[in-house]
Amino acid sequence: MTPPSPTADIVPALMARFPGLETSAYRGQTRVVVGEPVSLEVLSFLAAAGFDLLVDVTCVDYLEYRGATRRYGLVYLLASTATADRLIVRVFVDDPHPAVRSVVGVWRSADWLEREVWDMFGIDFVGHPDLRRLMMPEQFTAHPLRKDYPLQGRGERHNFPVLTREDG
Amino acid sequence: MALELPENVVVSRLDELASWCRKNSLWPMPFATACCGIELMATGAAKHDLARFGAEVFRFSPRQCDLMIVAGRVAMKMLPVLQRIWLQMHEPKWCISMGACASTGGVFDTYAVVQGIDRFIPVDMYVPGCPPRPEQLIQAIIDLQDKIQREGTIAGREFETRERQFRKRALVEAVAPLSIDAARNPVIQRELRFPRS
Repeated sequence: MTPPSPTADIVPALMARFPGLETSAYRGQTRVVVGEPVSLEVLSFLAAAGFDLLVDVTCVDYLEYRGATRRYGLVYLLASTATADRLIVRVFVDDPHPAVRSVVGVWRSADWLEREVWDMFGIDFVGHPDLRRLMMPEQFTAHPLRKDYPLQGRGERHNFPVLTREDG
Repeated sequence: MALELPENVVVSRLDELASWCRKNSLWPMPFATACCGIELMATGAAKHDLARFGAEVFRFSPRQCDLMIVAGRVAMKMLPVLQRIWLQMHEPKWCISMGACASTGGVFDTYAVVQGIDRFIPVDMYVPGCPPRPEQLIQAIIDLQDKIQREGTIAGREFETRERQFRKRALVEAVAPLSIDAARNPVIQRELRFPRS
């Protein structure tokens, strides 16, 4: 017999603790949209309630997306290793300084995931212990997965010294 | 004064001898970053057997190599590493750009991929293909051996690249067919003996 699904119990408890959260379900998966000011509290609550695994942190840039009102939509994929239950938490942030509080203190796996989102989208994770670029070189200044960044770059790939035969 | 040489003595130039030694013992540095690297391994393995051309000793230390084979796309984060490895290799050294990605960036026309390594390091031979067959890489090594024999390195002539750049063999044959020694070419001799009707 499978253990009872914690989502069924946790979501009402979450709604009682943080009134005004927006939830929806799609094909058996539950999604919670959280405001940026309380995102750390909500995620800490969920970690304490049984979601002990942070599967992924990623982001979507909704620039010029039809019907979108806010630009960046962060996605936290949570899972419970005890019950194999999953929950999706979304946090929306905006320009000019998109920032959200880091959850490295809650799940250590957030360390590199948040560094990747910072590298690719330029979301500032406040409180991250070591927010460096993960994929692009350190000297890189842009955030290439933003929709207003050109596919072929702004000349970074051509900006290297040229070695000739005479250089040895 | 006439000097009589024994039959087993061959007269040559030191430059020719050095080039002959070098071209027949190339030590490749496999800079394999993508699927071309698999073909590079196949080239060195038993079926295609690069040892037939004296170039089977792959070394992963640039200090021991004289032929860099760049096989695969080079990301912009990788290019400083590539340049550093190239500078760490001892003279004389040569470079083969293997496959479409190393030569031009291939289909990866994005911010992260260098559009041809020859923009930033010198390249002696280009191998087309995606990925090239091992036979193509072997052909490039044979062509490179011709180039090494022609250019030599004792006089440092390879540094005068613009003056010394010869056309590749296929182009030379197409442009100047008369340079083929007809008397020693078995294909031409066969054509002369058995002309096609």
